[in-house]
Amino acid sequence: MKNINILKPTNANFQTYLYIGSGFILIGIFDVFLRSFFNLNFSTFLPDILNFFLPLIIGLIGFQMIRLEYSGNRLVDKINQSVNNNTFNAGLTLVIIFLTLLVIPPALNWMIFEATISGNTKEACAATEGACWTYIKVWFRRFMYGMYPNDFHWRINTAFIFLIGFAFVGYFMRGKLKNYITFYYAILYPIIAFIIINFLISGGSFGLEWVETNAWGGLSLTFIVSFFGLIFCFPLGMILALGRRSELPVIRYISIGYIEFWRGVPLITVLFMSSVMFPMFLPSDAFVDKLIRVIAAIILFEAAYVAEVIRGGLQALPRGQYDAAKSLGMGYWKMQIFVILPQALKLVIPGIANTFLALVKDTPLIFVVGLSEVVGMLQMAKTNPKWLGYAMEGYIFASILFWIICYAMSKYSQYLELKYKTER
Amino acid sequence: MNHRIKSIIPQLLTLLFVVAVIGFFTINAQLNMDERGIDFGYGFLSQESSFDVQFSLIEYDGSHSYAKAYLVGLLNTILVSVLGIIFCTIIGVIVGIARLSPNYLIRNTAAWYVEFFRNVPLLLQIFFWYYAALRALPLPENTEALFGVTYLTVKGYYIPRLIWENFDILVYSILAAVISIIFIRNYARKLQEEKGQQLPVLLISVGLLFIFPAITFVTGMVQLEVALPVLKQLSKTSFIYAEGLSVPPELLALVLALSLYTATFVAECVRAGVQGVSKGQKEAAASIGLTPNQILKLVIMPQALRIIIPPTTNQYLNLTKNSSLAAAIAYPDLVLIFAGTALMQTGRAIEIVSITMLTYLTLSLAISLLMNWYNKKIAIKEK
Repeated sequence: MKNINILKPTNANFQTYLYIGSGFILIGIFDVFLRSFFNLNFSTFLPDILNFFLPLIIGLIGFQMIRLEYSGNRLVDKINQSVNNNTFNAGLTLVIIFLTLLVIPPALNWMIFEATISGNTKEACAATEGACWTYIKVWFRRFMYGMYPNDFHWRINTAFIFLIGFAFVGYFMRGKLKNYITFYYAILYPIIAFIIINFLISGGSFGLEWVETNAWGGLSLTFIVSFFGLIFCFPLGMILALGRRSELPVIRYISIGYIEFWRGVPLITVLFMSSVMFPMFLPSDAFVDKLIRVIAAIILFEAAYVAEVIRGGLQALPRGQYDAAKSLGMGYWKMQIFVILPQALKLVIPGIANTFLALVKDTPLIFVVGLSEVVGMLQMAKTNPKWLGYAMEGYIFASILFWIICYAMSKYSQYLELKYKTER
Repeated sequence: MNHRIKSIIPQLLTLLFVVAVIGFFTINAQLNMDERGIDFGYGFLSQESSFDVQFSLIEYDGSHSYAKAYLVGLLNTILVSVLGIIFCTIIGVIVGIARLSPNYLIRNTAAWYVEFFRNVPLLLQIFFWYYAALRALPLPENTEALFGVTYLTVKGYYIPRLIWENFDILVYSILAAVISIIFIRNYARKLQEEKGQQLPVLLISVGLLFIFPAITFVTGMVQLEVALPVLKQLSKTSFIYAEGLSVPPELLALVLALSLYTATFVAECVRAGVQGVSKGQKEAAASIGLTPNQILKLVIMPQALRIIIPPTTNQYLNLTKNSSLAAAIAYPDLVLIFAGTALMQTGRAIEIVSITMLTYLTLSLAISLLMNWYNKKIAIKEK
């Protein structure tokens, strides 16, 4: 019976077991390290399958040897609790470590050590096996500004600086002005934003040359579409949510029909509708710009999702809040604006943030109507005969770009959630 | 009286507004169609479509009608959605549970997976798999076999084709097994309630599911042949695998991207559900002497499922709707075949877009009805 317990340490002999066990683990990891970094394999004399699993087996024996309920060594206890509490977990731990060792070197090699960023032509990349960041460098302006003329890029930059500037005005409103902060953000700011974009980016007056929306593109278009989407779908969604909770049957059923319809169809068909079907519904002499049609479609679509999120918040409020507001003699709108909505919106910040994230992630879909933001520009650059074969670099670049934007948004929403959290 | 007027006026105004908008659009559409000399109608569905489709589950070519083309697209959409739902559930449940693991490394690996894949647009992921990852696969003639009999190549994934004889008898036998299992389960419950005896229901069920179809094989009623993929030379430089079943790379990329993306959301639902069951439940179950397996099966899972199912339904719906992104990589789904090619050929924008939207609405409603029914079944029975 003693033989079975040979791998099981006790407090008496733990020191020895600890040294031998850690040695085994390190040998296992070191073996994979050698195989991965230097292509060296010392166990080729063994049968194939044993050779393949050898590091795992050695590592498992090592982990088995240091597993003890309480050893007195803080580090070992921590390892035992978090990654080594049974054989299965120890195995998974080893697999993850090994996979990291196997994947990281080639990935790093490709992305950094063998990559090129010098030069301005494809020839600069011909020599290496690694990533060709030159491609991103050369196309960077296209990815940011689309087909917008190079000489006018300052107009887009200035417009965005103005937009950000006006967005921060709310922070400087003090005293009496503070009462108008909602009015400013809900009504004034969208109008200002539209005027800035219309005159600066679109141009056509004040001596600025007209640039049609077909030429807009890249990341700046992503920002424009999601920006207008965000600021308009929120109020519309709020009205729809109130409509769905209304006691008036006509309003309630119209809201339900609207919400369920838009939530039931994919965005891509809505965009199809806005591009091929919508012109049929307008007087034949009326012309609405493609970009505006697309943004309108996105607003109508996302508003239904926002409405459902806000409805969740409205339903979560206890009835007492409604009764209290009514007993103070408040009318419907006063009750909603001053009592119900502020509390409900606070509850649904995470949900709203998710919907907004979905909106940002949906913007690439505008390719179906022929507008190309970042992903669309990637597709265009990928098929350029001078730059064939660098699709991977482009996708990795765009993924990182979107990941940063979306991750920042979700972190900001978590911050807001904490900021407005009130104990109840 | 005052109160009634107060409630009628806003309703009337809303109704008027909606009617006005719809009326405005209808009149304009009428005028526009008159002007261009097109009439409104669904008669075109029976006309010959005269376009071919790369990948179809049913027999189809250009001589069939537009209605048949619609059916091809619909079936392809359903295929992608079903495959996506299956895989995203498997990955999602594993990752969701991994996020609750006591193992530091596993927990964080799962968390990184979720954070990365849900913050990158789905379209970008589809493009990545289709244009970058799957394009790096070897040509058919250089491919090594995967699992012995399947071949993953740049032209698609080739798997063996199963050729059944009398497949319907097998289906009947499985049905018979399922029905008898239901009877046995009811009998076992009765037995336990009346006499306190327990039957090994799981063992019997698995056994029946195995024995019934096995009988059909042994008696020779059902026969199965397997056609393995064989390398075939088309021209001097072009090879494919014939005989077997070929999964086109578009379908592979789409299912991969959809399931990896949706799995992150499913994982979050699963995590929230398991965390939502209070610790006291587990302790109470343990204190009345249930084994860990029984605790999971009888106490934790029924309560966790109640929290998990409604948001997961939403994710399944999203996946089905997102499958329409297939059009971007030319997988012949409903949107590409019908709202793309058919619309281009016939020019009937209103009819085709409305049919497409109605189809997705029906699919969405069908899934949510199904899941609502299931949700109601497992909901707490209030007294």
